[in-house]
Amino acid sequence: MAYALAISVWIAGWWLNARLSHSAASDTRAYSLLIPAIFGMTIIIMWEILVQMLDISAVILPAPSAIAARFADSLHLLWADFVQTILKGAMTGYLIGALAAFAVAILADRSSFLTKGILPVGAFMAALPIVGTAPIFVKWLGSDWQSKAAVVGVMVFFPILVNTVAGLKDNSAMQRDLMRTYGAGYWPMLFKLRLPAAMPFIFNGLKISTTLALIGAIVAEFFGSPTVGMGFRISTSVGQLALDLVWAEIIVAAIAGSTFYGAMAWLEKRVTFWHPSQRQ
Amino acid sequence: MKSLVPILTVLAAIIALWAVAVIPMNAHITADLAQRQGMVISPEAPRDRQAYSGTSIAFKNPGIIPMTFVQKRPLLPSPHQVVGELWKTVFGTRITSKKSLVYHGWVTLSATLLGFVIGTAGGILLAVGIVYSRTMDKSVMPWAITSQTIPILALAPMIIVMLGSIGIQGLLPKSVISAYLSFFPVVVGMVKGLRSPDSMQLDLLRTYSASSNQGFWKLRLPASVPYLFASLKIGISASLVGAIVGELPTGARAGFGARMLVGDQYGQPLVTWAALFAAAMTAAALVAILSLIERQTLQRMGMGAA
Repeated sequence: MAYALAISVWIAGWWLNARLSHSAASDTRAYSLLIPAIFGMTIIIMWEILVQMLDISAVILPAPSAIAARFADSLHLLWADFVQTILKGAMTGYLIGALAAFAVAILADRSSFLTKGILPVGAFMAALPIVGTAPIFVKWLGSDWQSKAAVVGVMVFFPILVNTVAGLKDNSAMQRDLMRTYGAGYWPMLFKLRLPAAMPFIFNGLKISTTLALIGAIVAEFFGSPTVGMGFRISTSVGQLALDLVWAEIIVAAIAGSTFYGAMAWLEKRVTFWHPSQRQ
Repeated sequence: MKSLVPILTVLAAIIALWAVAVIPMNAHITADLAQRQGMVISPEAPRDRQAYSGTSIAFKNPGIIPMTFVQKRPLLPSPHQVVGELWKTVFGTRITSKKSLVYHGWVTLSATLLGFVIGTAGGILLAVGIVYSRTMDKSVMPWAITSQTIPILALAPMIIVMLGSIGIQGLLPKSVISAYLSFFPVVVGMVKGLRSPDSMQLDLLRTYSASSNQGFWKLRLPASVPYLFASLKIGISASLVGAIVGELPTGARAGFGARMLVGDQYGQPLVTWAALFAAAMTAAALVAILSLIERQTLQRMGMGAA
């Protein structure tokens, strides 16, 4: 019975989406938001039906309604965790890591020898499981947000560094020669030509790093944290089998992650409006 | 190969920085220890020393500098200590021993690889579905893209407990985490790859009156291979991170993540550092193997550009 109901919900949702996505207006903005939203709703309704009708225990999979209720109940708690992990840990670390990466990139950029070395080494480091340094930083800087910021800083450093170094090289001899005919020295050249030209690359690095920053801040809390924070809440609630609270934290993480990414993408659009990929 | 010298220079600079940082980082604990062994340290009271930075302690007591490199429980182990610990636990220990990093590495690696294979296979299948079904494209693809901006790794502890409470333990829960971490990059990359043939190429196939099946096997799939490899390289390192993080919250007894946790909780920093470096080398080796396969494959397919 439960399965039959769930499957009929699935078929209904799918039929609706098939109609919508094959209709003439399917490429409009409203439809391209509506269709995935219907898909998401279909999944959530099926989830609710299956959990309710099959009596699945809340310690295995809580129903969406239970998660929503818990979310509304614990807004204060979630907000405190959000401030601790995202605003203090992830954002501070992201800022430090990004500034350090810019500084190193601009310094290294003066020597093509260093650039040749930094690009492959940085790309290599970016592929490593840096989040594993969390216990070391927790030991050095204590369990509060400073250690999380340090982990995040190291994690975001390499992708931003590699992209900035690559971006600073992305200008043609013709463009540099033009600047030289204007009598531009190193600094005008850097600020007026090379940094603006590097922006698409830099934003690529910044966008990749938004997710890394959240992962670093949350996972580092598994290794030690004060009694507040999203990673702390996830690991202790899992221990107490309060899975509805864990799901609520994951919703917060999802909202924070896509907002952070969206903010970077918005900024990119503003800064690199001249780039072919941004033109309307 | 001409960039070998710059790479080595950068690496040497990093190691040199690390080695220099060892002195101030370990100065305080070394001074405490040396005093207990009867050395004269200035300032004499340990509490007074807290007011000084590690660098000034080292300058005031040059005698302790060599000792900072060989501490048993250093804040920052010196490079040669980490190399020594790695050598001891990789080559100097029987593979079956609980202290062998090869044993722990295999525990993590097997979960990583199993998850990676599952995630990749699922990702390719979904990508094919997305490319051929407009409904699927419109409903699923936005979610696949959004998932890249969400720290889905945060699901890891819950998946372990969820699967644990329905009786699934050991390798599989970690593999599930690895699988979903490698799944989405593969979906996004493969969709891009399967769509990469331009209308000219598709038209050419149509003039040959190729069926849609032939179009898939002879044009779309081969054209997607470079994109697939780019995604695989992202996916495999994400899989490894997933498996390691999957070992953390439940107090797993084996694996790189367990090793890091043990070193952390029992005050054996060398164990943590060795596990960290071993994990890094595993990640590097996995990516290197994929790059090698990529180069060979692309060359055979006549796409070997670089």
